[in-house]
Amino acid sequence: MTDLLRLSGVHTHIGRYHILQGIDLAVPQGQVTMLLGRNGAGKTTTLRTIMGLWQASSGEISLAGERIESRATPDIARLGVGYVPESMAVFSDLTVKENLVLAARDGPLDDAQLDWIFGFFPALRRFWLSRAGSLSGGQKQMLSIARAIIEPRKLLLIDEPTKGLAPAIVMALIECLKEIKREGATILLVEQNFFAARELGDNVLVMDNGTIVHRGEMAALAADVPLQERLLGLSLEAHQ
Amino acid sequence: MTELAANDPLPKPKRDIAPVLLPIAVALVMIPLIGSPSTWLTLTAASLAMGMMIFIMASGLTLVFGLMDVLNFGHGAFIAVGAYVATLVLAPFAASIQADSLWMNLAVLAPAALLSMAVSGALGLVVERVLILPVYGQHLKQILMTTGGLIVAEQTLYALWGPQIIPMPLPASLRGSFILGDVAIAKYRVLAMLIGLAIFIAIQLVLNRTKLGLLIRAGVENREMVEALGYRIRRLFLGVFMTGSALAGLGGVMWALYREQVHASMSDDLTVLIFIVVIIGGLGSIGGCFIGAILVAMVANYGGFLVPKLALVSNILLMVAILMWRPRGLYAVTSR
Repeated sequence: MTDLLRLSGVHTHIGRYHILQGIDLAVPQGQVTMLLGRNGAGKTTTLRTIMGLWQASSGEISLAGERIESRATPDIARLGVGYVPESMAVFSDLTVKENLVLAARDGPLDDAQLDWIFGFFPALRRFWLSRAGSLSGGQKQMLSIARAIIEPRKLLLIDEPTKGLAPAIVMALIECLKEIKREGATILLVEQNFFAARELGDNVLVMDNGTIVHRGEMAALAADVPLQERLLGLSLEAHQ
Repeated sequence: MTELAANDPLPKPKRDIAPVLLPIAVALVMIPLIGSPSTWLTLTAASLAMGMMIFIMASGLTLVFGLMDVLNFGHGAFIAVGAYVATLVLAPFAASIQADSLWMNLAVLAPAALLSMAVSGALGLVVERVLILPVYGQHLKQILMTTGGLIVAEQTLYALWGPQIIPMPLPASLRGSFILGDVAIAKYRVLAMLIGLAIFIAIQLVLNRTKLGLLIRAGVENREMVEALGYRIRRLFLGVFMTGSALAGLGGVMWALYREQVHASMSDDLTVLIFIVVIIGGLGSIGGCFIGAILVAMVANYGGFLVPKLALVSNILLMVAILMWRPRGLYAVTSR
């Protein structure tokens, strides 16, 4: 399995804070790689650094063999990277349709792609002309993910999609992400919800204090309760 | 608040019409206070015309503020430069301007206005590249740079044209008033209203019916996410800045014709009004800017008639009142 994304010795400073302290990681093509860790471990900073929203102070980031650490965010997006931020960041003054029209950068909305998305998220079809700001939290998350997959992307960076959502909506999102995974997408997924991580992840990276402290297969971590407790402070059972 | 399930019907979105009703309410309240219906109509028409001119000058600034988070204290320079450029075109064609033919007047006035917009827009390009680009995200430096730019622009105008006030007479066909019974409404004010309204509609169409407009609206709300979708928002910034500068130039021409004079410091008082309009309208909101401009003009006209001694502070009082009601302006678009 080839690696689509590679980070080597990546450091990121935000103001005087040294957040990422030499990250080395690889995201294999066509797999879901989970990025886990306690609050403040540096997971969101890792995604934002890959996306170019925060500049890496040093180190190398390559996408499909192409160096991207010095590129501007729009250029990285145009290489085929979709980003779903933790805050969802839907444009609340725009309608659902307008949010997706903007996300479909290179042309009009593709009907077949829209039908595929509506299959996961029927609510988006119903509220097509409603302002995104009037959607519920779960619906906003659906829109945020739909925006990232409205066009084919090489890599999806998704930051805590289940955060703050009702359990039923979490299950629907997990099913959606499973379907995207079956379509062959490559995903780097930050998640605090260990249940969702176990359901979706092929591989896992665990972060602490700005470094990767564990890498391996998700199934192996899911089966090793003492390791979960050591790395994350909680076991999988605590999430059930 | 109860979380909606995916298939629950959405509550109908509330249309926030209170700010739209505000100028209407102010105008109605003024009828008994002013007493004479003809005076009230004249003052209302004057308010609408003045409001439209202020809107034209402020609309660019509100987008620059909202989209780019740039405090451009030099916006007034584009107003003055626009007015001076118009004098260059109008002076050699004084005979056409004073001819009693609307078409001959417009044949000179329209190119003068277009040239003013082009020069102000080009100046906007230079200002954005030279003064603003190095200080994006640094408000204090933006204030220093743009205020410095304004001073340099004013002194350059003094050096080129001299300190004297330059007359800029209204074209002959725009002098006088339309008389409706006891009411006299100046022809130029009607033209100013029509141009302001046309620009407002044009901006709304661009913002709501085009992808460029979607990008601007999205950029006002969340620049970072627009970039994460693959759009180079800096180019959009530049386009918006140039458009805002060009509109300020047009506003300068219209204001100079309204006052029938041009001088290098003509924008000093206007800049205060424009900032008040942008703040009470809500940063980045064209609709808020439109209503804010009308309110500011109403307060100036009705207030100047009823309580002349309050004229100097009336708009500050209006701003305080609006911000106490809606701390982020009439229509909050950004979270700033």
